[in-house]
Amino acid sequence: MSLEYYLILSALLFTIGVIGVLVRRNAIIIFMCIELMLNAANLAFVAISRNLGTAEGQLFVFFVMAVAAAEVAIGLAIIVSVFKHRETINVDEVNSLKG
Amino acid sequence: MTADQILFFIFGGVSLIGAIAVISFRHPIYSALSLIVTFFSQAGLFVLLGAHFVAAVQVIVYAGAIMVLFLFVIMLLNLGTLSAKGVLTGKLKGIAIVLGILFAAQGIYIAVNALTDTEVGSPEAIERAADLATNPIETYDIGILLFRDYLLPFEVTSLILLAALIGVIVLVKRENRVEN
Amino acid sequence: MEINLLEQIVIPIIKILFIAHLLIIGVMAMIWSERRVSGWMQDRLGPNRVGPQGLLQPIADGIKFLFKEDLIPNHVDKPLYVLAPAMLLVPAMITIAVVPFGNSITISGLEAPILLQIADINIGILFILAITSLGVYGVVIGAWASNNKYSLLGGLRSSAQMISYELTLGLAIIGVLMLSSSLSLRTIAVEQGAYPWKWNFLIHFPAFLAFTTAMFAETNRLPFDLAEAEQELVAGYHTEYSSMKFALFFMAEYMNMIVGSAVVVTLFLGGWHFFGLENLGGEGSILAGLISFAIFFIKTGIFLFVFIWVRWTLPRFRYDQLMNFGWKFLLPVTLTSIVVTGTLWVVVKENKQLWIGIGNAVAAFIVVAIVAGMLAMDNNSKSAVQSTPAAAPLRGLDAVE
Repeated sequence: MSLEYYLILSALLFTIGVIGVLVRRNAIIIFMCIELMLNAANLAFVAISRNLGTAEGQLFVFFVMAVAAAEVAIGLAIIVSVFKHRETINVDEVNSLKG
Repeated sequence: MTADQILFFIFGGVSLIGAIAVISFRHPIYSALSLIVTFFSQAGLFVLLGAHFVAAVQVIVYAGAIMVLFLFVIMLLNLGTLSAKGVLTGKLKGIAIVLGILFAAQGIYIAVNALTDTEVGSPEAIERAADLATNPIETYDIGILLFRDYLLPFEVTSLILLAALIGVIVLVKRENRVEN
Repeated sequence: MEINLLEQIVIPIIKILFIAHLLIIGVMAMIWSERRVSGWMQDRLGPNRVGPQGLLQPIADGIKFLFKEDLIPNHVDKPLYVLAPAMLLVPAMITIAVVPFGNSITISGLEAPILLQIADINIGILFILAITSLGVYGVVIGAWASNNKYSLLGGLRSSAQMISYELTLGLAIIGVLMLSSSLSLRTIAVEQGAYPWKWNFLIHFPAFLAFTTAMFAETNRLPFDLAEAEQELVAGYHTEYSSMKFALFFMAEYMNMIVGSAVVVTLFLGGWHFFGLENLGGEGSILAGLISFAIFFIKTGIFLFVFIWVRWTLPRFRYDQLMNFGWKFLLPVTLTSIVVTGTLWVVVKENKQLWIGIGNAVAAFIVVAIVAGMLAMDNNSKSAVQSTPAAAPLRGLDAVE
């Protein structure tokens, strides 16, 4: 399978993630779409790594995963605490800086 | 079509369908499950690319840990009742989708054209890639790279995780004090 | 590419069918023996009416499950409610694919010896960790789809518990991987050799205990069955299930136990090896292969007995005790075990295994002593009037509502 197919798939997955962030208003789903975008990037990393014949691309995937894990932990904690204060996680309704 | 191509189209198709399902389902639980399907078929793609170790880690980290956290929060907050007005409507939605299609077109253009004059097509890279078929990248090679050549980035990653850990504890502790 | 029909298609299919059926028969045997052994431990008879010694009891149970009405309550989320039992059962079944259940058999006329294992993949142990981590979805989805407070609480407890103990599960095997320098389960089993004092459970004794404990938690068995605690949550995540769907949950639990025991036997108890017996009848002969399979079978059976034994020995943990135990005892012990194993591997020049075994045991003892001391000081400094903490997910829900 040539590299182009993998990169096109990666681009499509990334775009779906972007559309999700633009269209959906639920913070949790926006968050999932960000994970989707990170994964699309991972796919491109591994595909290019395969075609370059080196392992560096796979290594970068680990760093992306570690950052994604850290981000999920913080993000979900923020979502939970926002929900406790406002009783909503609709990003359009969470629009004031204080209170 | 070879077996590899058929598998690529199966896994790729499933991951695209799963990704579309993530942004179309109204209920967060269904979105989360679709995302798990996408991650899983991506692990399949990694196996096709010869990255077995990454595939296993993908399932362990994403499907096994991160998505369980998502489900845990969705269940804890009982988000089902809130999802009704969770989508943009009218003109804005149209604009978002048009922008998305443009974005995808750009991405595909880049994917097809941008790599022509890079190292990807060079003879050495082709030779190395052909060598991988008989001599695949194993866990051992990744370990050597990670703990010798990329030791500093690795340590920085651990700092990021530590920062995340402390951040979460701070967020949760403050909540407790407000309650009291 | 030329395909050898017999070696590449027929023999693997035979192996898969054999193992899949063995697993299902194993579940039936476990249901019978669990009830009989429980009876014996509690000084009563247990089921003894259906067939000789009650041996046909599991079949009678199965027939009863099949003929019961398959209720789907009105208030459930139908697609997920139906999907959940399968999501629990499938991971339980496919993990056995990479576990070696015996030595190889050489048959003249075939190109390669037949490995007594469905697939010897080079990331075997990671495959097992990956697939077992999917098992939690069956529980969580079933709990959520039931749309029932007891089920939801069971699911919340279960997801938190599984994430916490998966860490221990993953860290406990790292010492083993370091010494065998391979992720393939067959290589790990071969490296340990035939003699019990060279098996990993002595070299990595703290990790062995931690792994076993975490496995009890992952299979939702007593003393970690908070997800289905009868006295608190009716039946937890499967409260709303009946008939064959409940039977699938039930079977998945037993399959997890069997697969888990097989993994422990492979990682820590020398796999199919036992000195004096393994090469009876010559290396690679059919007799030796069958004997190695029998040894593996017996070791797994002994470990399954331990599962039942523990069930009637230890009472259920409280939720905060569960979390404290996982995070404050098991996790530090496994982390220290990694450090000690690595350091001694580099520092010690001869008798490495002996010194690593001693070092691990001493280090684990010190860590447990330190943690216990710190907890005791913490408890003393707090005032005695503080009430017992309530179950954490329960408190979380109250805060939200």
